[in-house]
Amino acid sequence: MTHPLPSDGPAAVAEPLIACEDVSLSFGSVRALSEVSLTLRPGEITALVGDNGAGKSTLVRCISGVHRPDSGRILFDGSPVDFHSPEDARDAGIETVHQNLALVEDLAVWQNLFLNRELVRRFGPVAFLDRRAMQKRAKEMVSALAVNVPAVDSRVRRLSGGQRQAVAICRAAGFSSRLVIMDEPTAALGVQETAKVEDLIHGLRDDGHTVLLISHNFAQVMRLSDQVWVMRAGRCVGGRRTAETTGDEIVSLITGARID
Amino acid sequence: MTDATLAAPQRGPDHRAWAARLRDVGFWADWAALVGLVVLVIVFQSANSTFLSVGNIQSMLVAAAILIILAVGQTFVIATSGIDLSIASAMTLGAVAFGQAYQAGWGLGPACLLAVAASAAVGVANGLIVARGKITDFIVTLGALSAASGLALILSDGKPVTVVDASLLKLSTGGLGVLGWTFLIAAGVAVAAHVVLFHTRFGTHVLATGGAPESASAMGISTARIKIAVYVISGVLAGLGSILLVARVGAAEPAANTSFLLNSVAAVVLGGVSLFGGRATIIGPVIGALLLTALVNGLTLLGVSQFYQPLSVGIVVVLAAFLTRFQR
Repeated sequence: MTHPLPSDGPAAVAEPLIACEDVSLSFGSVRALSEVSLTLRPGEITALVGDNGAGKSTLVRCISGVHRPDSGRILFDGSPVDFHSPEDARDAGIETVHQNLALVEDLAVWQNLFLNRELVRRFGPVAFLDRRAMQKRAKEMVSALAVNVPAVDSRVRRLSGGQRQAVAICRAAGFSSRLVIMDEPTAALGVQETAKVEDLIHGLRDDGHTVLLISHNFAQVMRLSDQVWVMRAGRCVGGRRTAETTGDEIVSLITGARID
Repeated sequence: MTDATLAAPQRGPDHRAWAARLRDVGFWADWAALVGLVVLVIVFQSANSTFLSVGNIQSMLVAAAILIILAVGQTFVIATSGIDLSIASAMTLGAVAFGQAYQAGWGLGPACLLAVAASAAVGVANGLIVARGKITDFIVTLGALSAASGLALILSDGKPVTVVDASLLKLSTGGLGVLGWTFLIAAGVAVAAHVVLFHTRFGTHVLATGGAPESASAMGISTARIKIAVYVISGVLAGLGSILLVARVGAAEPAANTSFLLNSVAAVVLGGVSLFGGRATIIGPVIGALLLTALVNGLTLLGVSQFYQPLSVGIVVVLAAFLTRFQR
């Protein structure tokens, strides 16, 4: 499969940030992924589309360290990786915005942003939270993304759905992450909040983050992404530059009406 | 310079913020225990002027010490959305272990260590079974309640052991001014617990584990280890309580101490801690424990029959639980 290169921009010739090579994974007798090969270019928004059960989430879980492929390999920045846990992937700079957001409602925004990555000050054997430093950093993180979160010391319980999504994205974008994976980031949001979150995702790309987006919303995929990969029945059945395809073509790839 | 210019215009809104807070029912719900304590003190003091005498304050604080320590332990468990029904039985087991060791001539220090170890062992068992066995906290600690009091009966053969020790006597009767040693120990435990809960990573992870276990583990927090840790804390504090109990009673008894269990949960609820986990303070349950102690003490001073005390405790606890519905 060849990909037409856009005539402009150095990004086109850059080495892929993520390259999946013949990744396969079975759960018992169910073949969830078979020989999936795709690439994510650095600094781009790549969309992963497909019907329910096509294997999108499973592939993403391989990249984020939840599953380990049975065969094939995943290259991150050119070198093969073998993540044993999501923490391994996170340490390498791969952050996931979970579908349920993984926020703790009764903790403040800043506590959620630093959950399990708290800044501490050590006094001999004991380490105390550096609350002030975390609140300061949290304000910087939130304002860097121009997120309209009321205050970093308000409880997440008091935030709207869009604001919560923004906090989760903010957490994934912080900590010098290189790849942000988003699973259906706007599935539960209204029209206005969806627009805000889409702005946020654009902002991430403009800041140099690479984004992998799972979405069922074709209009959104066409609006946001630079590259689309289509999965069907555990296989990657095609990839297109978003600028050079149409929603109809993507749909026909998803349903199998058109085969590359 | 910049600080001054920033601070000056903030004073106005600050005042208004306080006024708004006082009108907010959520504010009163958060501080239900303190409001209740103040009301009780005013009522009892106007009914009987000895209530706020130095002697009575001193005896109330000493009487509250064990309950404060147990309530702090219970708070950690409840913050993870669990409950430790075995906390008072673990204390009984610790007390009996203390009595047996002391009677066998172990001396005070080793006997204290054994008491803490025995109670902590109950906590370790609770934590391992809840976290690794994935059995509901309520069932596991209900079983441990029975098992620990059974062990205490077996170890002691059902007989109390009198413990006469000069140091223990000093511990339960001496102090700094109005503050008895046992109260000072309880206050120290509470301060340490506050620091742990709000100024360490562990404390944040306890609240995250209780508030949203799935989110906590998605962020890489080992909720099983947190669960085990809070039960161990609860067990260790029950062990500390057992030493104070032996000092107070002057004997190690295999008694059930059920009222300590119920009051520890009641103090936590009074303190505005959510039984669903994720929301907790230490000062709240401490005030809750003081309130329960003041309630019993005041009723006794007023000459109300002892039979009315459990009834009044029950009413106060349910009222407090009702107020917490309005928490923000």
